[in-house]
Amino acid sequence: MHHVVLERWSRGASVLHRRDPRAKLAALVVFLIVLATAHRDLAAVGAAMFLLLAGALVWARIPLAGALARAAVVLPFSLLFVGVCWLAGDPARGAALLLKSYLSALAVLTVVSTTPLPLLLRGMESVGAPRFLLMVAQFLYRYLFVISEEAQHMSKAAASRGATLRGATSGSERFHAAAGALAVLFARSYGRAEDIHRAMLARGFLGRFRTLHTLRFGRADGVFLALAVLAPVALRAAIERMP
Amino acid sequence: MVARIFESCYLEASRVHIYDGFLSTPVWAAMDVVAVPAVGYVVRRAQRGFDEARVPLLGVMGAFVFAAQMINIPVGVGTSGHLVGGALLAITLGLPTASVVMCAIIAIQALVFQDGGILALGANIMNMAIVGVLAGYLPYSLWGRGRWRKSAIFAGGALSVMVSALLALAELLFSGVPMPRSVLLLSMALFAVSALLEGGITLAVVEALEAIQPGFVRRPAAGRSFARGAIGLAAVLLAAVGFLFASTAPDGIERLGFETGAAHARAMISTPLAGYQWNLPGSPWVRKAGAGLTGIALIYGACLLIGRGVARRRSV
Amino acid sequence: MAPLVEVRNLRFRYEDGTPALNGVDFRLEAGETVALLGPNGSGKTTFVMHLNGLLEGEGAVEVCGLPVEKRNLAAIRRKVGIVFQDSESQLFMPTVLEDVAFGPLNLGMSRERAEEVARAALETVGMGAAAGRPPYHLSAGEKKKVAIAGILAMEPEVLVLDEPTTFLDPPGQRALAGLLNHLPQAKILVTHDVPFAQSMCGRAVFFQNGAIAGQGPVEEIVVRFGWDFALGWSKSRP
Repeated sequence: MHHVVLERWSRGASVLHRRDPRAKLAALVVFLIVLATAHRDLAAVGAAMFLLLAGALVWARIPLAGALARAAVVLPFSLLFVGVCWLAGDPARGAALLLKSYLSALAVLTVVSTTPLPLLLRGMESVGAPRFLLMVAQFLYRYLFVISEEAQHMSKAAASRGATLRGATSGSERFHAAAGALAVLFARSYGRAEDIHRAMLARGFLGRFRTLHTLRFGRADGVFLALAVLAPVALRAAIERMP
Repeated sequence: MVARIFESCYLEASRVHIYDGFLSTPVWAAMDVVAVPAVGYVVRRAQRGFDEARVPLLGVMGAFVFAAQMINIPVGVGTSGHLVGGALLAITLGLPTASVVMCAIIAIQALVFQDGGILALGANIMNMAIVGVLAGYLPYSLWGRGRWRKSAIFAGGALSVMVSALLALAELLFSGVPMPRSVLLLSMALFAVSALLEGGITLAVVEALEAIQPGFVRRPAAGRSFARGAIGLAAVLLAAVGFLFASTAPDGIERLGFETGAAHARAMISTPLAGYQWNLPGSPWVRKAGAGLTGIALIYGACLLIGRGVARRRSV
Repeated sequence: MAPLVEVRNLRFRYEDGTPALNGVDFRLEAGETVALLGPNGSGKTTFVMHLNGLLEGEGAVEVCGLPVEKRNLAAIRRKVGIVFQDSESQLFMPTVLEDVAFGPLNLGMSRERAEEVARAALETVGMGAAAGRPPYHLSAGEKKKVAIAGILAMEPEVLVLDEPTTFLDPPGQRALAGLLNHLPQAKILVTHDVPFAQSMCGRAVFFQNGAIAGQGPVEEIVVRFGWDFALGWSKSRP
């Protein structure tokens, strides 16, 4: 599964991996804004941004081809709009959409593939995101694969039952069987949440999660932040000022 | 073959996550600004105090919806639909909780799966987690107790998808994404189909849930002012219908497409800094539609305040 | 010497009124390892959840002399550690180390001390190398060991394990038995695994319909209640 690979990548040990997540998040936002607000010389700006990201990925020892492929999740949607824009007589717009959406996805991927997600979430807390929401996201991420696997098992079980009863099962029956499977998954998930809560109480939970490690913003992080913010800004300025 | 194309179109239609690069700067920035207090509000309401004990429940149910979104629900003619889940969450977990769960889902989708942009998070959250969930809950809160219960649940599912999709479409159009009339109408047809499917799937799952354990599906909150709920629902419907009406104005879309293309050439960012010049596309149509939607939003806000005042006086 | 756990006439009904426990009397002395046997639904897990206050019934439950009531819960949950059947729901933190440190942090230890204690507990169960890993990728046996470490980190006096050998293959079961034999705490093992109970426990308690139907040495109880299916099968082989 996609996020299993991402999980593995994010636990690397490169210089980029070891940077404070807050620095990486800030750099990401600046990059995205520089990209989003660019309207001139898009081909050149896009190429420069692409090289920047590719360089970062290689530096962090992330498999480049794999990363480029994963960012392509935006392509179906964007290609659709390329077609629409072409129909509407503005193909340049479509190209811009494609370029910006792909590079934005690649930028996010660069950050997420070099930072374990729980750490990234903790970084977001430091800049004001509600702690409760981030903890919910952390638990969601923890149990995402567990429940997806349960869902797959149920799908297969239901499908095999459908196959054996092929003659007897109408469309409506199959629909209700699938809805029933979802309801069972809901109930199981709810039960699991109660199990987790019991396990928390059994180990002395008093109402607040305490974190084991605190984030520490060091000199290397400061240097990285400065460079990572300057690079896209300077590149774009340079390209736009060229005749 | 046709079924498979239809299915992939449907999949696109029911997932209305906007990627980065599609929205114009004023639009994504405005939505981010609006989303911050909205998220803060639903988080405070869902948390109920300083206790974090509910975190596992919300997280796990978020994982459930995530997983459920990938399950094929056969809907006949060799195609399958998928649950989006906003209305289901609202009916089983209540409003603020469902919104928080959807926020977490959208955030994880954007970060881990690059499904939806980061700058566009505000827009996606408003569309799906705030307004979409609210729209999914409103019919149930109004009619969930009586004879019309099943219809209310169905309507909730349908409305949540429809409203989210229309809002996303509105944001794209406001950003000047060109959309010929044919594409617009096709999109809305697909939205309508996925809305109906969501209604049906939500209803089927809720009924199956009640068969397993009646306690899962909560009774709609008692004592809610009927008038306030009806006004809220009407406002949401008005906004959606108003937009639909405005957008199918015959020449509006084509003009919009060409003019914003030119307008954007003018609205260039002259400096690389994040500061920009807001140059609203010059078409009078856009100004009118913008004013219309703003007006509806103001009316809704006023109704909400009035309704709250009414409800408070009644409960005294 | 005072018993670690003393239960007198414990009664409990579910929310819908069905009786779950009908007057249970139980004692656990220091150093004992007791097996709780009995059919599914006989009340074993329900009983065990009264020992750390997750459930509250009528009757007397005392842990290390403290009655199990709200004001003592924090102390009691430190003394009685329950390892639940499903490790996946018990390892809910992003990494193994953070999960094992969850208990110590709740007890008010400083971050440094909690990490120390957590690492030591992981070493005890032989999972020291997995500290930075996410729990999802561990095998069932490894998850069980980490779950036990999470309890050990709280320095309990009583270890309760609910169906610990479910999901474990025979080598895993053997490893678990070996680990448990090394731990000095008194133990309560809720289990269906008769050979496991035989190898570990001095005494067995048989639950039936929410009450204890018999107590005694494991072999005797197993034969008396016809729980010797596995034993009978192995005996019939030439």
